[in-house]
Amino acid sequence: MPTPTLFSPVSTPAFAIRELAVFVLGITGAIFFLVSGVGVYVLVRFRRRKEDDGREPPQVYGSPQIELAWTVVPILIVAVLFLVTARYIYAIERREPPADALEVTVVGHQWWWEVRYPKLGIVTANELHLPVSDPEHPTPTFVTLRSADVIHSFWIPQLAGKMDTIPNKTNRVWLEPQQRGTYVGQCAEYCGGQHAGMLLVATVETRDDFARWAAAQEAPANDELQARRGRELFVSLPCSSCHTVQGTPANGVFGPDLTHLMSRSTLGAGVVRNTPDNLRLWIDDPAALKPGALMPAVKLVPEDLDRVTAYLSTLR
Amino acid sequence: MTLPAPTIGARRSADAPRGWLAVLHDWVVTVDHKRLGILYVVTAIGFLVVAGLEASAIRLQLAWSNLHILSPGTFNRLFTMHGTTMVFLVGIPFVFGFGNYLVPLMIGARDLAFPRLNAFGFWILLFGGVLLHFSVIGGEGLYGAGSAPAVGWFAYAPLTERAFSPGNATDYWNLALLVTGLGTIATAVNLLVTILTMRGPGMTLGRMPVFVWEMLTISALTLIILPPLSAAQIMLMLDRFLGAHFFDTQAGASAVMWQHFFWFFGHPEVYVLALPGFGFASEIIPVFSRKVLFGYATLVMASAGIGLVGMGTWAHHMFAVGMGSPLNSAFAASTMLVGVPTGVKLFNWLGTMYGGKIRFETPMLFCTAFLFQFLCAGLTGIMLGVVPFDWQLHDSYFVVAHFHFVLIGGLIFTLFGAIYYWFPKATGRMLSERLGHWHFWLFVIGFNLTFLTMHVPGMLGMARRIYTYPAGRGWEVWNLVATLGVPFQAIAVLIVIVNVVVSVRHGVPAGDDPWDAWTLEWATSSPPPPYNFAVLPVVSSRRPLWDLKHPDDPDAPHE
Amino acid sequence: MSSAGMTEPASVNPVWRGRAGMICLLVAEGSLFAIFVVAYLFYIGKSLSGPYPKDVLELPLFNSFCLLSSSVTVAFATRALRRGRMRRSGGWFLVTLALGVVFLIGTAREWYRLIVAHGLTIATNLFGTTFYAVVGLHATHVSLGVLVLALLSVLAFSGALRPEQVERADLAAWYWHFVDGVWVVVFIVVYVVGR
Repeated sequence: MPTPTLFSPVSTPAFAIRELAVFVLGITGAIFFLVSGVGVYVLVRFRRRKEDDGREPPQVYGSPQIELAWTVVPILIVAVLFLVTARYIYAIERREPPADALEVTVVGHQWWWEVRYPKLGIVTANELHLPVSDPEHPTPTFVTLRSADVIHSFWIPQLAGKMDTIPNKTNRVWLEPQQRGTYVGQCAEYCGGQHAGMLLVATVETRDDFARWAAAQEAPANDELQARRGRELFVSLPCSSCHTVQGTPANGVFGPDLTHLMSRSTLGAGVVRNTPDNLRLWIDDPAALKPGALMPAVKLVPEDLDRVTAYLSTLR
Repeated sequence: MTLPAPTIGARRSADAPRGWLAVLHDWVVTVDHKRLGILYVVTAIGFLVVAGLEASAIRLQLAWSNLHILSPGTFNRLFTMHGTTMVFLVGIPFVFGFGNYLVPLMIGARDLAFPRLNAFGFWILLFGGVLLHFSVIGGEGLYGAGSAPAVGWFAYAPLTERAFSPGNATDYWNLALLVTGLGTIATAVNLLVTILTMRGPGMTLGRMPVFVWEMLTISALTLIILPPLSAAQIMLMLDRFLGAHFFDTQAGASAVMWQHFFWFFGHPEVYVLALPGFGFASEIIPVFSRKVLFGYATLVMASAGIGLVGMGTWAHHMFAVGMGSPLNSAFAASTMLVGVPTGVKLFNWLGTMYGGKIRFETPMLFCTAFLFQFLCAGLTGIMLGVVPFDWQLHDSYFVVAHFHFVLIGGLIFTLFGAIYYWFPKATGRMLSERLGHWHFWLFVIGFNLTFLTMHVPGMLGMARRIYTYPAGRGWEVWNLVATLGVPFQAIAVLIVIVNVVVSVRHGVPAGDDPWDAWTLEWATSSPPPPYNFAVLPVVSSRRPLWDLKHPDDPDAPHE
Repeated sequence: MSSAGMTEPASVNPVWRGRAGMICLLVAEGSLFAIFVVAYLFYIGKSLSGPYPKDVLELPLFNSFCLLSSSVTVAFATRALRRGRMRRSGGWFLVTLALGVVFLIGTAREWYRLIVAHGLTIATNLFGTTFYAVVGLHATHVSLGVLVLALLSVLAFSGALRPEQVERADLAAWYWHFVDGVWVVVFIVVYVVGR
């Protein structure tokens, strides 16, 4: 995975921000070198020499013209910076979604991301899939941001600037990735114990691949016969009061939707890779992998743990 | 040059030995601004060590990816306590401590306006600091590990509501700061009244040292901005104890309202911390350049400008909250605007040094580093005011680097300079220059190793307040370098503490005016008598001692 | 710089310490109240459930009249003090205090009615939260003022208060005027704008 830096954008708003950033760095960098240069010159040129006679140098109390100049010039620089900034603010924030824009709703939870595609009937967690956008005919994705508990912040640097998810408030951000790949991010507003454990992964793929993924996500839960024992167990245990598996009686909403659990690459919002072994460990004792996680350790006897793990492993 | 000190009211002579209990009693009951100033500074240094240890633990945990030296809960408490301690229990007491000590001496007064209120202000600050740290054992009762607050130093709602922060850890944060806030407001009132009503003969406002102007500005700022923090904290207390809903989003309240109230306090607060640093620089740089301050009036107006405009920049901490483009733009404008008077001050200091004969004793070393570091801090601040850029930098390590450049690179550096500069006045002895140089070089190297480097992981996407980070994002090596700066800074701080402790007894005797300076505090003995001046000096310019030393070329005609 | 030594009074330092201190305190207090008022204004109409202000609030006209006229009586008190009429000033301080107490009793009765008859507490909804907070903060300040006024009347009656100290009593009167001024704002925001 590439480093999630604002200097490697792949999406339109992120490109705009990098453009602005380079401009600003140029100006501030120039100011820094200019003023530091003057500083270094003054320090060297006017240091007291060993052979100094001890007399005080001429006392200069000020100069209204010079002081006015070095007040006015910064004001002009600031004015330019502000006008450029305002233009980019409006350009990014005032983008209206086209009629066919992909809509995603992201709800921040302690400490995972609920991800929904309302028009497609998809519910997943911690990962987004996005179709790549052609710069000639842009197909942006608009993300509606909410929170179920405290303030979080949705941030995938290569796709867009961050935007907070705030309870009792709805925010919007838009993404327009122009390059396929996997891009990472994380929660960017301290939200309690496992703020560090709220990673984000965005997979940008061709329109066809995205359609395939969407279709698989919309499909009902896998219902293999050999996993039925595990499914019955899962539904009868407290699991079902927090988790949803569509097509079963399990319809809890406190934790992530597990209908297509195995389609995701990590568990616990990026804490461990999604493998059957890790899944077993997670179910047995979530806090061992993610201290402070709100999922309780439902202590199961080993056979039951195996059955539940086997069942969940079928939920592709 | 001192005026002869009469023996009336002088302390008992040194050859009558006094037990330590009697000395302790004197310090506990004192209402003398000089002693209270020293108590403030010593308290600040104590908490600096505590918060520094907390920071060291943080840097250790973050030195590489996926380390598990500290649990997430412990880490979260550490950064909360580190930030809270540094702002309220190190920065504030340093600033108000030096203000306490110097203001009456600089304006030709005998004490602050309300000496007993002054003592109250100090002791309640100390009590608040102890209360905050008591949370380590008392926070959730003695059953569990006990806990310090873990909500971050700015304690955003609704994380601080009882639903998300059970137990009493957050209440310790709340109550301790309410208490220290009361003391800070009291001291601000005291300083403000002193400066406005107790200036000595001839000391018009236009003749006060710039440091006094800075203390005037920050005291006025404190009066206006600290009560809003207290108000928000009272609201939080009502929520947590009486079931009120000020920040209860489930009852329809606004989580963002806390942020508005907090940052309306929080942003000017950093000017409260920074402006006295500018004041130190404005006193030290002229003396060590052997030149009068270039553009006194401009410097004073710039401070007023920073104070005023600074009160209108608060929501630049909230650019990612979704305030909408008009508000985002307005706060971008005010944020960039406040950089102008700050830059002007920098130019005035350079103008002061220009054409001078610069001596690089320790106070000036620190002020020199300050100039470059604050330039960097101010410029990264401008970057953060460019809203879309901030959407990538906000809540990342870039911001952490920025504000450490402001507070350490700005305040702490000038503060160290101030310690070396005024220690002789307070104790009658010089600090060791040799140790001072070691202190300076170790600290400047360590500071830049940690915080200059830290800008990079921020720009590479590393969020702040995370107890660990995954491998493969390219953050490890930068974090390691940042951690390597810690031992340099730690040893440097140890050296200055040793320097202070040793020099109090064994330092070279300083005399009244060891630096050949020009303001009134140097016109009395070192240390000054309790009444400061035997006879209140009458001044007729901004540099009374320059006039005495150069009767052929006094300042007054040029002012 | 000479050592002439006499402190120059008014030309350099025109404002007396106590007055400057009280002004500073009132600025800080004003800032404190302002935040509670802002919160009140912001949350108008945002309660998710009742009771709502228009259902339960009655204009506290008598109460307000008592409190605001107490500003007049405290002015009489300091005027009497300035003229050396100690017992008279003590009497007027007492009247002021009594008016303040009447105000507090009125507030208490209003709160009793709201809690018992309408079930409105600080925990009920956003209206309850902001109402009790801002009115309560004000009432706390009135209570403190009442205590100070009690002290002043005792000092006046006992002869301990002297005409030269009228400046200090004046400061207490300023505090009292401030508390009354805050009530004007609270009244307008809570009982007029917010209803």
